[in-house]
Amino acid sequence: MTVKKRTEDLTFFQKIYVAEIGRGLMLTLKNMFRPKVTMQYPEVKFIPPASYRGRPVLVQENNGVERCVACGLCSRVCPALAIEVQASETELEKERYPEKFEINMLRCIFCGFCEEVCPEEAIVMSKDYELVFTNREDAIYDKDKLLTSVDKLKDRLEFLRKFK
Amino acid sequence: MPKFIVDGKEIEFQQGQTIIEAAKAAGIKIPHFCWHPSLSISGNCRVCLVEVEKMPKLVIACSTYATEGMVVNTKSEKTLEARNAVMEFILINHPLDCPICDEAGECKLQEYAYAHGKGESRFEEIKNRKEKRVQLGPHIKFDGERCISCSRCIRFSDEIAKANQLTFIKRGDRVTITTFPGESFDNPYTLNTVDICPVGALTNNDFRFKSRVWEMSSNNSVCIGCARGCNTEIWVRNNEILRLTPRRNDGVNKYWMCDHGRLNTFKFVNSEDRIDGAFVRKDGQLVKNEWEAAINYAAKELKKFKANEIAFIGSPYSTCEDNFVMLKFAKSIGVTNINFLEHIIPGNQDDILIREDKTPNSLGAELVGIKSVSNGSNTDATLRSIKEGKIKALYVMEDDVASFSDEWEQALGKLDLLIVNAANQSKTTLLADILLGASTFAEKNGTFVNFQGIVQRIKPAVATEEMDRALDGMNMSRWDKFGTKYDRWMQGHKYNSKPSWKIFTLLSIELNGKLKYEMAEEIFNDIANSVESFKGLDFDLIGEQGIQIKNVNAGKRMEVKNF
Repeated sequence: MTVKKRTEDLTFFQKIYVAEIGRGLMLTLKNMFRPKVTMQYPEVKFIPPASYRGRPVLVQENNGVERCVACGLCSRVCPALAIEVQASETELEKERYPEKFEINMLRCIFCGFCEEVCPEEAIVMSKDYELVFTNREDAIYDKDKLLTSVDKLKDRLEFLRKFK
Repeated sequence: MPKFIVDGKEIEFQQGQTIIEAAKAAGIKIPHFCWHPSLSISGNCRVCLVEVEKMPKLVIACSTYATEGMVVNTKSEKTLEARNAVMEFILINHPLDCPICDEAGECKLQEYAYAHGKGESRFEEIKNRKEKRVQLGPHIKFDGERCISCSRCIRFSDEIAKANQLTFIKRGDRVTITTFPGESFDNPYTLNTVDICPVGALTNNDFRFKSRVWEMSSNNSVCIGCARGCNTEIWVRNNEILRLTPRRNDGVNKYWMCDHGRLNTFKFVNSEDRIDGAFVRKDGQLVKNEWEAAINYAAKELKKFKANEIAFIGSPYSTCEDNFVMLKFAKSIGVTNINFLEHIIPGNQDDILIREDKTPNSLGAELVGIKSVSNGSNTDATLRSIKEGKIKALYVMEDDVASFSDEWEQALGKLDLLIVNAANQSKTTLLADILLGASTFAEKNGTFVNFQGIVQRIKPAVATEEMDRALDGMNMSRWDKFGTKYDRWMQGHKYNSKPSWKIFTLLSIELNGKLKYEMAEEIFNDIANSVESFKGLDFDLIGEQGIQIKNVNAGKRMEVKNF
C-alpha cells in the first residue's frame, strides 16, 4: 500500500489553532448554562423507568400472602440456574406455596425470563440495582429478601400488562 | 402372519390384536388416555380415533381388531380433526392449573394438548366445579376437576388389585370418582393408580409437591421390600431419594409395585440415623474414626480369635456380590460358621406381587453359598454356640440381628467382639464394637436374585463420598450437571459409607491380601465362574430386565411361576 500524501497543507491561520480553541471554549461555556445531567450518586439515587430490569423480586399481596405457587417454571427457564424453589402444601385455594425460594444473585444475569414465564405474575424485575454482598452465602437471597409488597411494584406490573 | 397397512406402512399383527396394539408393536404411536396394555378395554376417551378405509365413520383404535388387508390412517386430515375435537372436548372442564399440578411434565393430557390441541378454547362459560383434595385412601388425594373420567384407576382396582373399591358416580359432565359407601381406597396397590392416571387427578400424598418431575434424575433399580424384586426407578434430587416408581418388567412385576415397597423401602437411605463413617468403641462409646484406622483395628481384633471362635452372618438384604465376598473373606481366614437369617412373615403374601419373604435376595445369598437360618430361629446353631461361649467374635453384615428376639440380643451382648456393617442405627449397631457404615441398595452396583430365580441389576442412584454421580455412570438431572459446590441445590449430604464387598476387600488386604476386587462387576464375573447357577452370566446379559438363572437347585425358596 502506498502512503497517501497530504494533498493540502494547513494554512497559517489553521496552524495556530486559535479559532479551534475558541470554539472549544464556547462549547464549554454553553454547557455551563445547560441543565446538569450528572447525578450525585449515592447522595442522589437514580430511579429507573418501569422497563428497567433490576433484581427479580416476589410479589406479596397486601394480605401478606405471596402470589407464587412454586410451580418451578422460573427455576426451569433460568439460563443461569439461579433460582431454587421448594414447594409445599397450603390450605389456601392455590394449594401450593414456596416453602423455600432462593435466588443466587451471583448467578442471576437479569434476563427477565423468570418474569416472562411466570403464570401468576408473581416474580417481577424490580428497580433495585444496588446489590452488595461480601461472600457467596450472602449472595443467595431468600424469601425474606425477595418478598416485596405489590404497592411498590405497581409501575412494573402496569408496564407488564401493557407490553408483555 | 397376517398384515395390514398403517399410514402406508405394511405391518404384521397377531390374530386378536387391536389396531393400537399392533401399531404400538410396529413403533407407530396412537394417542390414548383410557387404554392401558394390561387393563381391559374401556374405549371412553375417544382420543385414539383413526380412519379406516371403507368404514363409514372413524373407529377407536383401542377396541377395533386389526384384520387382514385393513388400511388404517392415523394422520389423515379427518383423523387429526377428530383428535383435535376430542382434545378440545376433554379440555372444556379440565382446569388450567398445570403450574400447581404434580403431574405436569409427565402428563399425557399435557403432552397431547401440546401435540394435538388447538391451543385455544371456544368455551367461554365457567368450568365445572367439583370436589378437590379428596382423601380417597390413606395414600391418595383426588382432584375431581382434573379427572377426565378415563376409568383407568377403577379398572386397575377391579382387575389387578382385585379390590372393588372405586366407582363412577353421577352422569355427564358431573361424573366423578369415589369409593363405595363405607369403603376406603386402601388396598395394598393403590399408588399404581397415580402412575396410570393420565392426568394429575390422583396424587401421591407422600410425594405431593415435593419436586417437579424434571428436577429429578432417575436410575433403574430393584425394590427391596420383598422377594418379588419389582423393577423400579429411583428419583433423586439433591442427592435425596424423593420417590420410587415401578418400571415395566413383564416377567416380574409387569407395570406395578405395592404401596409398601413404594413408600417404605427408601426413606432409610436419607434418614437421620445413617451410619456416617467408621466407628470404633472406646471406653464404652462408639467414636468416629478414619476408615483406614477402623479397618486396621478390625483386622487386628479378628486376628485375636481362632477361626472356630468366629462366626459370620450374611444378609438377604445385601447383594449377591456382598454375600459372595463375605463368604470368600470368611473362608480365607478359615471361618466355616457362615449363615444368614431369613426374614419371613408367614402368610403375608398374595397372588399379585407381595411375597412373605421380606428380603430381596435370600435366594441369591443361598445360591452364592451361604446357608440360611429359618427366620432368625432361636434354635440356630450359631446362637447356641454364642450362648455356650464357643463363638466369641461375630461379624454381622447389613442385618439387624438383635431385633429378632431378646435371646439374640442377649447373645450379642455376651460376645467379645462384634463387628457390624450397617447402613442405619439399630439394636445391633448399639452393641457393636466396630461399626462400619455400609452403602444402601441405592448407592451401589450389584445383583439380586428374586424368588423366581431372576437375576436383576441394581444401580447406584445416590452419591456417597466415594461414589461420584458423573464418574460412576449415574443418570443426572440438569441440576446435577451444572451445579457447583457453592449452590445450595448441590449440597445434599453425601454419606461416608462403602458397599460391604469393599469393606471385606479392605479387611482382606489388611489381613492376607487374598481379595483384590475393585468393582462389583469383577465380583459378579467371579461368581459366574465359580457358582454353577450363574454360569455364563455377566452384567450385560442381565441388562435392564434381568435374566432367569439356569439349573438351580435352590429348593423351597425358588418358585418359577409367572404372574
